[in-house]
Amino acid sequence: MSEFPTRANVVVIGAGIVGNCLVGHLAELGWTDMVLLDKGPLPNPGGSTGHASNFIFPVDHNKEMALLGVQSANQYRDMNLSVDSGGIEVARTQERMDELQRRMTSAKAWGVEAQLLTPTEVKELVPFINEEVILGGFYCPSVSVVDSLETGTVMRKLAIEKTGLQVFANTEVLDLETTDAPNGATKISAVVTDKGTIEAEYVVIACGVWANKVAMMAGATIPLVPAVHQMADVGPMDVLAETNNEIGYPIVRDMDTFCYERQSAGSMEVGSYAHRPILHHPDEIPSNEEAALSPTEMPFTPDDFDDQMEQAIELMDMLGDAEIKYAINGLLSLTPDAMPCLGETTEVRNLWSAAAVWVKEGPGMAQVVAEWMTYGYPRVIDAHGADIARFYAAERGDDHIWARAEEHFNKTYGIVHPAEQWEGRRDLVKSPLYEREVALGAYFFQARVWERPQWYESNADLVERYGLSEREVEWDNRWWSPIIDAEHLNMRENVGMVDLSAFQIFELSGPGAIQFAEYLAVNKVDKPVGSSTYTPWLTPDGGFHSDLTMLRTGEDTVRIVTGAFDGGRDEFWIKKYLPEDESVTFANLTMSTCTIGLWGPKAPAVLGALTDIDLSQEGSKYGSLVNAEIAGIPCTLFRISYVGDTGWEIYTGWDNGVALWDALAEAGADHGIRPVGIGVYGGTGRMEKGYRLMGAELESEYNPVEAGLARPKVKAADFIGKEAYLAAREAGPAATACTFTVDDLTDSQGRQRYMQGGNEPILTLDGERIEDSHGRVSRVTSAAMGPSVGSYLLLGYLPTELAEVGAKFQVMYMNELFPITVAATSGSAFDPDDTRLKS
Amino acid sequence: MRILVCVKRVPAPGAKILVTEDGQDVDAAHLGFTTSPHEECALEEAVQIAEREGGEVTVLTLGEAAAEEQLRYAASVGAHNAVLIPTDGEPWDPQRTARAISQAITDLEAADGAFDLILFGNESADSGGFQVGVRCAYALGRPIVNGIKGIEFADGVASARREIDGGYEVYEVPLPAVFGVKEGINLPRYPTMKGRLASKKVEVASMELQADSGGLARVRLHRPEEQVSETVILGTGADAAGAVCDLLEELGVL
Repeated sequence: MSEFPTRANVVVIGAGIVGNCLVGHLAELGWTDMVLLDKGPLPNPGGSTGHASNFIFPVDHNKEMALLGVQSANQYRDMNLSVDSGGIEVARTQERMDELQRRMTSAKAWGVEAQLLTPTEVKELVPFINEEVILGGFYCPSVSVVDSLETGTVMRKLAIEKTGLQVFANTEVLDLETTDAPNGATKISAVVTDKGTIEAEYVVIACGVWANKVAMMAGATIPLVPAVHQMADVGPMDVLAETNNEIGYPIVRDMDTFCYERQSAGSMEVGSYAHRPILHHPDEIPSNEEAALSPTEMPFTPDDFDDQMEQAIELMDMLGDAEIKYAINGLLSLTPDAMPCLGETTEVRNLWSAAAVWVKEGPGMAQVVAEWMTYGYPRVIDAHGADIARFYAAERGDDHIWARAEEHFNKTYGIVHPAEQWEGRRDLVKSPLYEREVALGAYFFQARVWERPQWYESNADLVERYGLSEREVEWDNRWWSPIIDAEHLNMRENVGMVDLSAFQIFELSGPGAIQFAEYLAVNKVDKPVGSSTYTPWLTPDGGFHSDLTMLRTGEDTVRIVTGAFDGGRDEFWIKKYLPEDESVTFANLTMSTCTIGLWGPKAPAVLGALTDIDLSQEGSKYGSLVNAEIAGIPCTLFRISYVGDTGWEIYTGWDNGVALWDALAEAGADHGIRPVGIGVYGGTGRMEKGYRLMGAELESEYNPVEAGLARPKVKAADFIGKEAYLAAREAGPAATACTFTVDDLTDSQGRQRYMQGGNEPILTLDGERIEDSHGRVSRVTSAAMGPSVGSYLLLGYLPTELAEVGAKFQVMYMNELFPITVAATSGSAFDPDDTRLKS
Repeated sequence: MRILVCVKRVPAPGAKILVTEDGQDVDAAHLGFTTSPHEECALEEAVQIAEREGGEVTVLTLGEAAAEEQLRYAASVGAHNAVLIPTDGEPWDPQRTARAISQAITDLEAADGAFDLILFGNESADSGGFQVGVRCAYALGRPIVNGIKGIEFADGVASARREIDGGYEVYEVPLPAVFGVKEGINLPRYPTMKGRLASKKVEVASMELQADSGGLARVRLHRPEEQVSETVILGTGADAAGAVCDLLEELGVL
C-alpha cells in the first residue's frame, strides 16, 4: 500500500456499502484524488453492512425510499451481485390485508410487478408455511438478495482503477479539523487519523452507526442513533439445503409480527423489528478488537426474542426443531424521522453526510450524494426528504433522536398512515397563540418541531350547519375531521383567522442583500420597497429547491417567508450561497414574529374595524406590504392569499401575538369569524385554488414551466439554475401539473373512499401507468376535499400532451380504480379568475 | 441415571477482554457471556447419556443472578433441572466454591437421591484453576478422573478415557463418580427454538449457601502485553519467487 497521504481532495470515512459505492460513483463522475478510510479491516470492516440480511423489497409508500430502492436493486443487478428471490409479505389480520391493497397501489405507482396471493397460493411458493395463520400475501417477484460486501469491493476497485483511489483499512479517525470561512462559517480542513493527518477539501462521513460521533469531532451533527435489530440464523433444514442455493424460496415478511424469514443456504434467518427498542450510544459499541464477532454484532439478548420465536414457529413449524447457530443484536442506524441523512452538513462547509442508509438503498443513496457533490443537487431523484438540512436544532440532540427512534422502530413493518402524527416529543415549539388554541380545542399536527392546529374542535357546531359528516371508512377518517371542511365553508362565507406563526422568516440585509436575493430567486425581487415576490428557488439543474415569498421590506432588506417543513433546508441554502465578501447579513426572525392569516369576504370589514388605514385594493394592493397599527398593535399587512379569499397575512412581534389574535376575534365576532386550521390552509383552500406545495407538487424533478409557475418573462439578473431554466422554457414542459376532480368516490363495496395524497397512481382508462418522456410517473401529489366546488380534488402531473381540461383518467386507491377528470391545468377549480382575491 | 453438571458463567471468547481500572474485575461493558467450553461439552455428554441410558440431567452453577442465563441455556439444550447458588457477585475462590457446591450436592442428594455421575469441565475458561471438581469429589468421597474425552457404562461401572501422548488411558470407575470433561469429547448441539422456549418453563432452584474462603485471593488482574506478530510481504505473484526461495534456504528447508 502506498504511503499515507498528507493531502487529498476528498476523504471518505467508512468503507461499508455507502462509502464504497460513493467512491465508485464519484470516480464515475470524474472526481480524483480521493482517499477511503475505515477503522476496520477489509472487506468487512465491522459496520452494519457486514451483518445485513441483504434483501430488497422494492415497494415502499415513500417515493424516495421506493425509487432509490429500485435504483439500488438495479445497480446490484448490473454488477451481477443480486438474485431475484421474490418475496411475500403475509397478513395475519384484516387490517394488514387492507394495507396489502395499499402496497399493491404503491407497486403500481412505482411500476413494480406485484400480486396478491391467497393463503394457498402463498403455500405453493413457500411449501413450509402454515397457511392457516395467514389471510393472504403480497407477492413481489423482483424482491432480491444482494451481496453487499462484494458490491462494496467492486465499487472500491472501480474507483481505484479509474482514479487511483487510495484505501486505508485499520485506520481510525481521531479528529476532524476545521478552519474559519466567510460569514462566520467553518469549513472542514483535515482528517486526523492514527496513521497521520490528511488535509482535505471535502470529507464525507459514511460510517453508519458511528456517523454522529465522527461528525461531532468537527462540531457538526448527523442525527442518528445505533439501534439493535435482532437476527437469529437457524438450521440446517433439509428443505432449504436441497435447493443448493443461497436463496431458493421467496423471502417471507410476517408483517403483523414485524419479523422476516429469509433463507440463507441451508438455514433460515429470522429477523425482528418487534422487540423493545434497544438503542446504544456510539461509545458503547466495542472496537474491532473488543468485539467477539464484529463491533455491530453485539451479544444477543434472547429474552427480547422469545415472542418472535413463538410466532416464527407458528408460521413455519420446521423452525422449531432447527438449531439457533448464530444470533446477534445487530446494529443499524435510526434517525428521528426514519429517513436517511444525506447532503452537506449544515454546520461545517464541505463536510458531507452519507449516513443512516441501509443496504437496500445503499448504492442509490450513494449516487444521490455523489451527484449532489458534483452538480449542487441530486439528479437521480429529489432528495428533500433525506436532506440532512431538514432537521431543526431541536431535532439534532440525543433526547429527540432517541425518543423518535424508540417510537418508530416498531413501525418498521407497521401500518403507517400518510398523515400519522408522532406521540412523543410534542410541544417542542409552540406558537405564541398556543394557549388560545388549546382553549379552542385545537387538534395539533406537528410540522417537524412546530405544533400547528389542524382544526379546532370549537368549530364542531359548523359541521351540522353545513351538513357535513364523518367519512365512512376509518382509514380515510383517521387524522381528519369534517370540521376542516366546515371551517373552510365558513371562511368562504364569512371570515377565518389562521395561525401561521410556524412560518420560517428570514431577513437578508446589507449592501449586497438585494443582489443576493436576486441570485437565489427565479422571479424579480428588486422591486419597490413594499413589494412582494412569490418565487421558486431552483437547483443548479433548474428543478425546485424551494418555493416561497420574498418581501422587499427596505432598500437593503429582504424578508423571506417559507414553510415550517422547509425552514431548515432553505436557511442552509441561503447560508451556503451567501457572498464571500460578507456584504449580506442573515438573520432568522422566526422566533420573534407572530403571523396571523385573515381571509374571507368579511376580512376587510373585520380589519377595517381595527385600523384607520385604507384597506381597499388601492390602499392595500394585492401582493403589497403596508405597515399599520391594528388595535394599536404595530403590524405589517401583507395582502396575499394561499386559500383563495381576500385578506392578509398580518405580521407582528411574538409578544404582541395574543393581543392581535384577541382583537381580531373580538372584531370578527359579529362577522362570523372562526379560527381556521392548517387543514384548510394547506389542504382544502389551497387545493381549490390549485396552489402548489413544496415537497408535494414542487420537487427538484420538476421545473417551473411544468409546475405552471413560469412567468411570461425572465429577469435579466443571474440566478441559481438560470441556464437550466432558460433551456426548460425553450424546450417546453414534458409534464404539466393538473387539478383533477374525482368523479365517483364509490368503491366496489359501495363505500365512499378518499385518496390521501400518498402517491396514488393516475392511470389511463385502460388502467395503464402513465409516464412522461423523462420517465416520471403520474401520481397524486396532494389530495383534499374541495368543499366549495363540491368535488374531491387531486393534484398531480400528466404528460403535457395528455393534460387537457376535461380529459378522463383513473386513480388507483387501495387497489381499486376511481374515475377522475382534469379540472384545471394552470388556474384553479375555484374562482378561476381570482375575483375573490382582488375584491 | 441421575447426572449433575456443574457449569460456570464466563465472558464469551473471541473478543479482547479488558480489565477494570482497579484491576479487580473483567470489564464487561462489551462482553457477552457463555458457559466454559469444557462444561458445554460436559453438558452435551450428560444430555447424550441421559438420552441413551435414560435418566435426567441437573445443571448447577454458582454465581450472580445473571448466571441464570447459562442455566437457561443448559435447559434449552436438554438439561431437566437447574440450580443456582447465588453469590453477591464477588469472586469466590476455588475452596469456597467447592465447599458450597459440595454442600449443595449433599442437600440435593438428600432430597432426591444420589447422582450417579457428576461432571465438571476440566477447568474454567476464565480463571483456569483446575480445582473445583477435584475438591468436590474429595469432599464427597467419590472417585474423580480429569481430562476425560470419552465415557461409557457397563454394569454400574463407568469407563472413562483420556488422551495421553500417543494414545489413551482408560479408567474403570465405580459409580457414583466425578469426571472432569475436556473439550473434544463431543460436538455440543445448539439450542433449537423449541428448546429455547421450553427452557423458559424450567424452574431454577435457588440454594442460598455460605462457605468459608480458602487461601487463594485475587490481588489484581492485568492484561499481558500483546504479542505483536510482524508480517513481512515478500512480494506478489511470480516476482516473490526469489525471496521465497531465499527464505526457505535460510530456514534450512531447501
